[in-house]
Amino acid sequence: MIDLDDTDRRILRALVADATQSAGAVGRALGLSQPATWRRINRMQDAGVLTGRRVEIDLEKAGFGVTVFLGVKLATKGRVSLEDFERAVSAIPEVQAVHHVLGLYDYRLRVVARDISDFERVLRRRIMTLPGVGDVEANVLLSEERLPGPIG
Amino acid sequence: MLDDTDRRLLRQMLATPDAAGTALAERVGLSPAALSRRIDRLRDQGVIRGIHAEINWPAMGYAVEVSLRIALDKTEPRAFDEFQAAAREVPEVAEIQTFLGRVDVRLLILARDMAHYQTIYRDRILTLPHIADIEALMQVATVKSDQALPI
Repeated sequence: MIDLDDTDRRILRALVADATQSAGAVGRALGLSQPATWRRINRMQDAGVLTGRRVEIDLEKAGFGVTVFLGVKLATKGRVSLEDFERAVSAIPEVQAVHHVLGLYDYRLRVVARDISDFERVLRRRIMTLPGVGDVEANVLLSEERLPGPIG
Repeated sequence: MLDDTDRRLLRQMLATPDAAGTALAERVGLSPAALSRRIDRLRDQGVIRGIHAEINWPAMGYAVEVSLRIALDKTEPRAFDEFQAAAREVPEVAEIQTFLGRVDVRLLILARDMAHYQTIYRDRILTLPHIADIEALMQVATVKSDQALPI
């Protein structure tokens, strides 16, 4: 595992806030030269800490007024193959994320829709018809914030 | 208010967020200058809220991800605000979502291992204000997590 010092952590924080900054700009804010900053960013990329970028879109402005988190329980475990369920659910364009979880549910899905009636269509035609789907619990997203996490 | 080119651009940016500007411009069919003007406009309009580096937490030594589904005590009018403000102060909380449904709030907790998770849960989560009930879902695997939208 990679050892990070305080300067590395400050660079991480800056890039999580805005990944489009150049190494020079990040370095200037921290009192570091461009090459030194670039070397540190490179090292963190090589160690797999920095893997890529995430584009944050305002879903409502992009036409998706409704986001719903679904907890899904499989009906007949053992008789449906998890692979079949996972393949089918991943192919639904409105399903943004699928997590296999342990606990009350087997899968957690994140679903986007234009509005509530569009969500109903996705739920009825796409989700409820998935192979092996059992109990489904829906929670409509009201607000969301992502925090930097334990960068230290 | 989004035109077809905007939609094409957003689709491409979400599908390959790491693509270089020139490759992106080519795929969307714009000159690099027109591309950067359009991205600036989408940012000004608030359609693109930000472009963030993603941290690979397992590579940072954080192997455990737990999704906590929390019900709050709604007899307390300030329950949501006070709970969220306190949760923001916990460094291991990576996401906070609020919902309409059986669950009021979801927290995504990052921990090094189960022992570390146990410590966070006891010392930092159970001490948050106005909790009525908590259920934990431990994330075993991410089957799909693309940022794609059916734009």
